[in-house]
Amino acid sequence: MTQTAPSHTLVIEREIPHSPEKIWRALTEGALIEEWLMKNDFQPIVGHRFNFRSTPVPNWDGIIDGEVLVVEPNSRLSYSWSSMGLKSVVAWTLTPTTGGTHVRMEHSGFRSNTDAAYKGANWGWQKFIGNLEGVVGGLD
Amino acid sequence: MQAATENVFKALSDPTRRAIFEHLSRDGEQTVHALTYRAGVSQPAVSKHLRVLKLASLVRDRREGRETHYRAQPQALAPLVDWMSLYGTFWRDRFDQLENLLKRMDK
Repeated sequence: MTQTAPSHTLVIEREIPHSPEKIWRALTEGALIEEWLMKNDFQPIVGHRFNFRSTPVPNWDGIIDGEVLVVEPNSRLSYSWSSMGLKSVVAWTLTPTTGGTHVRMEHSGFRSNTDAAYKGANWGWQKFIGNLEGVVGGLD
Repeated sequence: MQAATENVFKALSDPTRRAIFEHLSRDGEQTVHALTYRAGVSQPAVSKHLRVLKLASLVRDRREGRETHYRAQPQALAPLVDWMSLYGTFWRDRFDQLENLLKRMDK
């Protein structure tokens, strides 16, 4: 009964009262990335392969494999994001505004199901999510 | 909710069944005897749990001689994982941390 819907895209946009240059540093310098995202060996060089490492949970090693796809300083950054066989792409776009920067993050390539009931049901399942993610992620 | 999904939720709502399923997912195919040894409950109880897991398509069985072997079918879990809400929560949280970092960078 495997049911997989077409891929989906998650978009998060925020106005942040800081310059694109400064946000770019937070997005691309390893020591700064570790402060808000994960431990890493990231470098803003197209083709560079890196890992993001978070705390392992049962059935998930906590490792995300990535490859840098797009580097346009202070403007666009994109990398692949693969974890336990689930491949996706993260793309950042920085646009200067009068008060700072419009930050757009697009994470695309998810499989998801469209039944809203599943979404509601998932809230009761947070504590198994690590296991589910690991087991299902290992499928393909 | 679809009947099949409901069966998956019901099957995994029991801690013993969840332990059996996790054990099969991690260690591969097992006989009912081996599962009984690990589960710490009687063999009829394990067999009953396995029937519930099988109804939910979470396990598949195979007869070999006098033994029945069970293996996990983790793809039955796929409809339950909503990557969008998982990562939605993840990224919103990380955005908050990013903004906190940017504030600290001023100092």
